[in-house]
Amino acid sequence: MRLALTQSDWLQPLRGLARGDLSAFPWRPVLFPMLGILAFLLFWAQTAPMINTSLGQFPGPAQVYEQVGNLWAEHRAEQARAEEFYQRMAEMNERRMAADPDYVPRERSYSGRTTFIDQIFTSLKTVMMGFAIASLIAIPLGIVIGLSGGLYQAANPIIQVLKPISPLAWLPLVTLVVSAVYVSDNPMFSRSFLVSVFTVTLCSLWPTLINTAVGVGNTSKDLVNVSSVLRLNWFTHVRRIVLPGAVPMIFTGLRLSLSIGWMVLIAAEMLAQNPGLGKFVWDEFQNGSSQSLSRIMVAVLVIGMIGFVLDRIMLALQRLVSWDKSAVLR
Amino acid sequence: MNYLHIDHVSMEFPTPKGPFKALDNVDLRIGKGEFVSLIGHSGCGKSTVLNIVAGLLQATRGGISLDGKEVDSPGPDRGVVFQNHSLAPWLTAYQNVELAVRQVFKGRKTRAEMREWIRHNLALVHMEHAMNKRPDELSGGMKQRVGIARALSIEPKVLLLDEPFGALDALTRAHLQDSLMEIHADLGNTVIMITHDVDEAVLLSDRIVMMTNGPAATVGQVLEIDLERPRDRVALADSSHYNHYRQEVLRFLYEKQRKVEDFPQQQQRRQAGGMVGETRRRTVGAG
Repeated sequence: MRLALTQSDWLQPLRGLARGDLSAFPWRPVLFPMLGILAFLLFWAQTAPMINTSLGQFPGPAQVYEQVGNLWAEHRAEQARAEEFYQRMAEMNERRMAADPDYVPRERSYSGRTTFIDQIFTSLKTVMMGFAIASLIAIPLGIVIGLSGGLYQAANPIIQVLKPISPLAWLPLVTLVVSAVYVSDNPMFSRSFLVSVFTVTLCSLWPTLINTAVGVGNTSKDLVNVSSVLRLNWFTHVRRIVLPGAVPMIFTGLRLSLSIGWMVLIAAEMLAQNPGLGKFVWDEFQNGSSQSLSRIMVAVLVIGMIGFVLDRIMLALQRLVSWDKSAVLR
Repeated sequence: MNYLHIDHVSMEFPTPKGPFKALDNVDLRIGKGEFVSLIGHSGCGKSTVLNIVAGLLQATRGGISLDGKEVDSPGPDRGVVFQNHSLAPWLTAYQNVELAVRQVFKGRKTRAEMREWIRHNLALVHMEHAMNKRPDELSGGMKQRVGIARALSIEPKVLLLDEPFGALDALTRAHLQDSLMEIHADLGNTVIMITHDVDEAVLLSDRIVMMTNGPAATVGQVLEIDLERPRDRVALADSSHYNHYRQEVLRFLYEKQRKVEDFPQQQQRRQAGGMVGETRRRTVGAG
């Protein structure tokens, strides 16, 4: 009911606009961000031509916008080529089958160039995998640590020391361990993918772990007493008393973890040479054409926007799960 | 008179300056269906007694026996109502009671019987109309009513009330006291209630147990309240009996157990004047 109410509140000015009533439209929350973005673009456009690099002038908004179009066109072209390839393969198989009924059709997958768009999806897949593993470890571990004062004290120094370690420091270790342990003739994942995933996991584990432990540890003493008077078993106690109270903290941790994971991923992809946005940036840097800087700039902006969208998705999830609908979440 | 026996209970808390003796040899026998109030100045260890009976604290010496059995850990045979309602804010009034009912009557009642029982208990405290509201949508008095309904719903042998109405305004408190008297008359619960409200103690109790000031607090005086039930607060206001009981309690609290609070100013003056030897709390006629 509350949701419906806020929705109709939100729609009110739009209805006013439809009637031609401009005064009802909330200009401030629309106008001010627009002004901010405009000011940024102007500043960028002004300063960019003043910076000369070995690859030419630093790209301004216009050049970057042009590259967005180029990258998209490249992606479409590659898609068309892939389609053509599969069509040709199907035709060829058909012909062979017609000539020789015993022929077993061969299926090959298209191995063209990975485009910018493909890299985005690879990166998203990698970060989601790393974040999922991190959450699956951090939340249960955080609950166990948070419930016991002794365990918390035992784990705290280790967590505090491991937390600030840079992904670049983990990467060589992870690389060596993965290549030693993950030996398979028919690997499901490529090694570089796993290296990136585990580096993301190692770095994004900590905020969720700490926030879950603190949230669980802050369970109201009165509610803990109620739980022991009722003799709730451990599982019921955690599910009905501890977890609902810790949900806001857990989500704060998850949001921090995801944003750290996304940051870490780009660095990991660059060094692990795992396909993804990080590799795209690295390849463009090595390529060093006159367009490279603009293309890197496109990647940088896309990385930022994806990070923002991921955080908003987590926020929406938090709103969905949280029992306290009146709390202000931002 | 021996349904619940608080058997020579002493309690010491470890502190950095050595053990602090909060309770000394508290001995109390309570009969089935009796309503007993514990009254005393704040910090005298009333809540410690209640927590020991609830099993949330373990006595250093002595113990609790209930209905012939020793109890040393919390359990649903002793329902507790805490001062700050202690309802789960993410559950509705109904769900808060349900959590208790489902735990205690698992396998003994069917789903439908449980639903009926939860409604019945909420009706007892006149909260049926708001049972689908969450605690943040309820007033303080309403929350406390739900807390009482939850404690009643598990059919405890003893109901332990820790200053249940302390945080409420006078009018709401009077309403809740009336409700509690009604419930006690209907169900005949054995009740221990902590309070620092003299009128509340006299109005509700069969006996008032007055505690001496801490440290090492103990039972100072026990007063039998021999007023006919049902009791009516308006009629009793004129009753000489009632006023006599009231006076007895007041005399104990403000003459025999007068608590001299340390105000910072006094402390400073004392330190300046070098009157170090003066005791902080004067207790006269303890026990």
